Amino acid sequence: MAVSQSIEFRESAARASEAAAALQKPGEELIDVQGEKMILNMGPSHPSTHGVLRIILEMDGEIITKAIPDIGYLHRGDEKIAENMTYTQFIPYTDRLDYLAPLANNVAYALAVEKLLGIHDKLPPRCQYIRVICCELARISAHLLGLGAFAMDVGALTVFLHTFTEREKIYNLCESLTGARFTTSYTRIGGLARDLPAGWTDALRKFCDEVVVNFDESEKLLTRNPIFVNRTKDVGIISAADAIDFGLSGPNLRGSGVSHDLRKAHPYLVYNELEFDVPVGSVGDCYDRYLVRMEEMRQSVRIILQCIDKLPGGPVNVADGKIILPPKDKVMTSMEELIHQFLLVTQGMNAPVGEVYFGAENPKGELGFYIHSKGGGTPNRLKIRAPSFCNLSILPHTLPGHMMSDVVSILGSIDFVMGECDR
Amino acid sequence: MDWINQLNPTMQFAIFSMLKVCVVIFLAVMPIVAYAVLVERKVSAFIQDRVGPNRAAPFFVKYLPVVGPFLVRLGIFHPLADGLKSFLKEDFTPAHVRKVYFWLAPAIAVVPAMLALAVIPFGSTLGAQKMVIADLNVGILYTFGIVSLGVYGLVLAGYASNSKFSFLGGIRSSAQMISYEIAMGMSVIPLFMLVGDLNLSKVIAYQADGAWLVFKQPIAFVIFLVSAFAETNRLPFDLPEAETELVGGYHTEYSSMKFALFFIGEYTAMIAASAMMVVLFFGGWTLPFAGLDQPATTLVMGFAHIGIFVTKMLVLMVVFIWVRWMLPRFRYDQLMDLGWRRFVPLALANIVVTAVVLWALHAK
Repeated sequence: MAVSQSIEFRESAARASEAAAALQKPGEELIDVQGEKMILNMGPSHPSTHGVLRIILEMDGEIITKAIPDIGYLHRGDEKIAENMTYTQFIPYTDRLDYLAPLANNVAYALAVEKLLGIHDKLPPRCQYIRVICCELARISAHLLGLGAFAMDVGALTVFLHTFTEREKIYNLCESLTGARFTTSYTRIGGLARDLPAGWTDALRKFCDEVVVNFDESEKLLTRNPIFVNRTKDVGIISAADAIDFGLSGPNLRGSGVSHDLRKAHPYLVYNELEFDVPVGSVGDCYDRYLVRMEEMRQSVRIILQCIDKLPGGPVNVADGKIILPPKDKVMTSMEELIHQFLLVTQGMNAPVGEVYFGAENPKGELGFYIHSKGGGTPNRLKIRAPSFCNLSILPHTLPGHMMSDVVSILGSIDFVMGECDR
Repeated sequence: MDWINQLNPTMQFAIFSMLKVCVVIFLAVMPIVAYAVLVERKVSAFIQDRVGPNRAAPFFVKYLPVVGPFLVRLGIFHPLADGLKSFLKEDFTPAHVRKVYFWLAPAIAVVPAMLALAVIPFGSTLGAQKMVIADLNVGILYTFGIVSLGVYGLVLAGYASNSKFSFLGGIRSSAQMISYEIAMGMSVIPLFMLVGDLNLSKVIAYQADGAWLVFKQPIAFVIFLVSAFAETNRLPFDLPEAETELVGGYHTEYSSMKFALFFIGEYTAMIAASAMMVVLFFGGWTLPFAGLDQPATTLVMGFAHIGIFVTKMLVLMVVFIWVRWMLPRFRYDQLMDLGWRRFVPLALANIVVTAVVLWALHAK
């Protein structure tokens, strides 16, 4: 039975003002509020809103009574852009989603398209292991920055620089792996841009040894620091039920005590062959989220070391000329490869009709790509489920009742990236 | 030098006081402020695995063979460049500010910090002159009176800027400084119960005779130290200017030299606080050996005493700087909690205990 729906088209300005009016409705009022409240406009360019998040705070003295996040300052229309290019051409755009973990975004996007093509379980094992290494490296990189920025927000400036030293090493690894430090674009649909360079795993192993020392140093500065604990413990508590209701994912969800990690719940790549623990918080406050991230980094190191040990040989790309570009020497000499090359470059791979959703456990949470394909080389619609976007949705719920200083703790502990949120 | 001796004592006093003020402010405090900023940047760089400022090089450096590059690497010329930059930058006054207060605030922030230095004995004697600008018999009371004026600069800046971030910074600073002044004031009472005099020179003399007061009154020292951090708005108590929360706090809207004045005020306050701690707890210009604990009879000894004082003070300033780069920031209510619920009762208890002990010792 067909269900007809009447869709009302409204002017975007009118819609925005309506939405704003809906937010303005008096919510839960604090008891004992006297006098006039102050509206404080925090952001979009504010030192601790990490990019261009804007929060309109209604404050009674230093206490927040209402918080209205205003996002979209970094909107670039990535989803629409994806409709106008081949699947492969969109990979560089995924670098710019969560720009602290471009490798993980590349992997998540490639896996989504591969799921559409039906080749996600036919990937060569070497490719899968390298991709896992990439994901975990990206996780360490993103968590290091999140941790450093969090510490800086609560006033501990030094941790940030210490974690950045380690991130620099990750960038160096990225550089030798992908040719780019920041915008890696490392994956291809059905494989990787290139195999590991010579000696890279040794450099990675060395990095793993060094970064653990750095974790210890950061922990010495923060974990038992009474001021840091005061600033984060019992601040910004998100209950497990709330976390699920608001669609939180990643360390924020696990910080609230929900043991949900896509790497365990729906294992992709070779995660089911690797041993690692999923740290879970108990209270759901900023401190728990901090501890969860800290432990996740250690687990990532553990995963990377296992991957280095188990890393198999073989090709890194699927052996399907309709998906992966053929080698250049073949293109010049062989007819079939020439046709493949021509078709892939001009039209892209021919994806089947259908729709898929694939979510990967990214550093910030579940990065999902929903692809609706009508066949051909470009998606008909590509929706990005950005973890930062969902994680930020809890702000109006969590912030009221906290003090101005807690806002930065909570923002820091939620650890969002606006490039991904606004996409 | 005969003409000086022929002047009447009042004139002599006036001339020497003027001289001392000029020397202390322009030859001591200002360079120390400038280079404390450099030390701050270098220490932070050291703590954070960085190099720190190492670029500024005036034209003559290239003519200095070995020393030149070394000085540049130390960043010796950065304070000069910073000062020049402060003067040359556009002195922007936003349209929405209350102009009179906006202009007044930086001055009010600097002056009390400098005035507080007046009563600090920074050496014993040079010739016939006592090395203190004003040898008041109520030195400590004067200090507290003057230091509490410092809050007006910040509050006025916050109010005059007519910006919400500045406003919150101003409110925080007033609450914070007033609260910690109480703890600070009460923490030193036991000292004066022991010394029996409010004159700071007498405090030093008392310590020269016995042990430094930091050993006799460790609790008072801890309270005073922490309160000094709060009074000078340094991390972990830099809530009024918490840059990750309030952007810049009370000085968000300031630029150019007006901004630099707040900076000078903060560092001068640091100097004053360190100097106070040296006088009250670390024996001032004395060292308990080599006869350095008695007022100087020769010029060399006089300069040695000044050197000792400045060294002690600089060590304490490095502590200020070091702490800033190691600790996170308190939250506003936790700060108040610490001040009122921990330090004030602790200081009161310290007073009572000291009084009881003194009474027991002298009751025989």
